[in-house]
Amino acid sequence: MKNGITAAAIALAIPITVLAPASSAQQFITVASTTSTEQSGLFRHILPIFEKKTGMQVRVVALGTGQALDMARRGDADVVLVHARAAEEKFVAEGHGLKRLPVMYNDFVLIGPKADPAKIAGGKDILKALRGIRDVKAPFVSRGDRSGTHMAELALWKEAGVDIVSEKGAWYRDTGQGMGPALNSASAMNAYILADRGTWISFRNRGDLAVLVEGDRRLFNQYGVILVNPRKHPHVKREMAQAFIDWIVSPEGQKAIADYKIGGEQLFFPNAGDAGA
Amino acid sequence: MLPLALRQVSYAVGGRTIIDRVSFEIDAGPRTIILGPNGAGKSVLMRLCHGLLRPSAGEIAWRGGNGARPGRQSMVFQRPIMLRRSALGNVVYGLRLAGFSARESELRARDVLEAVGLERQSEHPARTLSGGEQQRLALARAWAPGPEVLFLDEPTANLDPGSTRDIESIIGAIHATGTKIIMTTHNLGQARRLGDDVLFLSEGRLVERAPGETFFRQPATPEAAAFIRDEMP
Amino acid sequence: MNDLGLAFATAFALIAGIDSKLIEIVALSLKVSLTAVAISALIGLPLGALLAVARFRGRQALIVLLNALMGLPPVVVGLLVYLLLSRAGPLGSLGILFTPAAMIVAQSILITPIIAALSRQSIEDAWHEYEEQLRSLGAGRLRASLTLLWDTRFSLMTILLAGFGRAAAEVGAVMIVGGNIDGVTRVMTTAIALETSKGDLPLALGLGIVLVVLVVMLNAAASLIREAALRRYG
Repeated sequence: MKNGITAAAIALAIPITVLAPASSAQQFITVASTTSTEQSGLFRHILPIFEKKTGMQVRVVALGTGQALDMARRGDADVVLVHARAAEEKFVAEGHGLKRLPVMYNDFVLIGPKADPAKIAGGKDILKALRGIRDVKAPFVSRGDRSGTHMAELALWKEAGVDIVSEKGAWYRDTGQGMGPALNSASAMNAYILADRGTWISFRNRGDLAVLVEGDRRLFNQYGVILVNPRKHPHVKREMAQAFIDWIVSPEGQKAIADYKIGGEQLFFPNAGDAGA
Repeated sequence: MLPLALRQVSYAVGGRTIIDRVSFEIDAGPRTIILGPNGAGKSVLMRLCHGLLRPSAGEIAWRGGNGARPGRQSMVFQRPIMLRRSALGNVVYGLRLAGFSARESELRARDVLEAVGLERQSEHPARTLSGGEQQRLALARAWAPGPEVLFLDEPTANLDPGSTRDIESIIGAIHATGTKIIMTTHNLGQARRLGDDVLFLSEGRLVERAPGETFFRQPATPEAAAFIRDEMP
Repeated sequence: MNDLGLAFATAFALIAGIDSKLIEIVALSLKVSLTAVAISALIGLPLGALLAVARFRGRQALIVLLNALMGLPPVVVGLLVYLLLSRAGPLGSLGILFTPAAMIVAQSILITPIIAALSRQSIEDAWHEYEEQLRSLGAGRLRASLTLLWDTRFSLMTILLAGFGRAAAEVGAVMIVGGNIDGVTRVMTTAIALETSKGDLPLALGLGIVLVVLVVMLNAAASLIREAALRRYG
């Protein structure tokens, strides 16, 4: 009996050691990015191209923008790739990052129930739409997690002239969740929600929701990439991280981004050449 | 190690006195039986002598001062406690604790198992043996290191008459090799059969002590007489 | 209801097709949790045995503490280990954050109290039964604790399996210290969390079924072992 058990234990241990990835042997860098970017599937598409070319593994830890920047401040990442320009520039100004480079943009869309209590479907003005939602106190789900999407949402409320902090009521649901879970909640509550197009396209649990407002320039979502400052964090893998950054803003990297499509639709629009972005 | 001397030994727990100022000396040679009704304190007295309990008052002394080394004195309990290993393994365990080498332990263990009639069961898991077989195994384990003194606490109280006879005969054989036997029982018949030297205990006190013949023919104290007459449980 | 049916169907198709990503995730889950249990056993079993048999001041308090630590929330352990292993933290130079090693550390911290507390209980029960006999044979406390560790091996095996089940089922600790990195630190539970949040329920359910089957099989194995052992060894 006991020999049988020992044998079984050994038999189990061998295939596991063989099957499990030999992660420590390979060269790698750590990139702090956002959940919405990860969930859009972009990395699964572009990273293998980079890894094949350089033999370097890129490990993406996906968090909210605020968390991603915090993680980099602690020195737990080599590169940051997020979409909140103001926060990114502050990050560089504080000396945590060397330089911010624009990479690509995607856009946000306003999702809502087909029944549309705020009567904003088909509009091209996001500010008008948000005011409409506030006026009828229609249920609205916010990410509430200091992510780029959340910060963009807050900026839009402000631009629309709505003081969301004082004006929010039971209709404004602050969930503290990533994009996917927040969409799940919106679907369950039949609520309006601001989402990035990428997550929306791959989101399968739509319920009664649809895209109601899109195309407003204000909804464009710019991504920036930053090398974590090796002077502040000497262990940062400078050369490898720089190689990744150089590649992602290069024509080859930019093409890889543009080639990523879901259901035939392009999600991200490369604009590394756009100096003002 | 013998004689074993107890001087004014008392044992109390939770305010209750279980052993009350008992004094006696036990010499080598005759089989000593501690007899008495249930609740007299026989088991506690055995554990005090064996060293499992410490007296609340009084003194327990072996000759030469050192009764504590494993294997010098052994005890067989009313219910045999066996480890989850083979019969042989259980005996070897005791021998290793007593300081025998692995090789010697195995040899002695096999010998002693044969002596008690368990050689066919040596590889069987000890806990699957019958009650009588386990008690024989306990005897074998206790005897294997060759102790000077063998304590037995009501060893046959849970056994059928057949197994009881087996155990008594093995005890006799062990005694014949020169090992001192100190045993408790509440069974009068057993005490008559095995008692060369009888200590009668009642309510924690040593009431009477006499050679077996004398004790059963002509008990000196009324409590002893009552016990023998009524065969009090 | 239609959705659920579709989800189950996709789940079974996935498992039947033995998707290579699925195997990678399952293998990593097993590697992390089995290693954590092995480490926890190495620390927890001797600790439990000694605690069961030794007598010293503060023993009761230590037992209460150990029992209490069984209830450590995984996400809190994850947070604490993250703070320890972060570059900004005391053990940052080890560089094991966001690797399976960090996940193993976190799960070991989570499981060791469970194994220590439960084995302490098991062995103490056995000690009550064996104490007189073992002391009579001349076994000191250290020797007795080793003897009891072996004698209670079947109960202990069940305890180890319980520890493994707890490790394999938790998501809070491994999510925080592992980062759920695709192909590196993604295990069954974090993958389920990810796919659920993406709204990809069929895949999440597929992984969930694998996880449940694994845990149920383990518990069944534990049961069978105990029954067989009782019959054989008594």
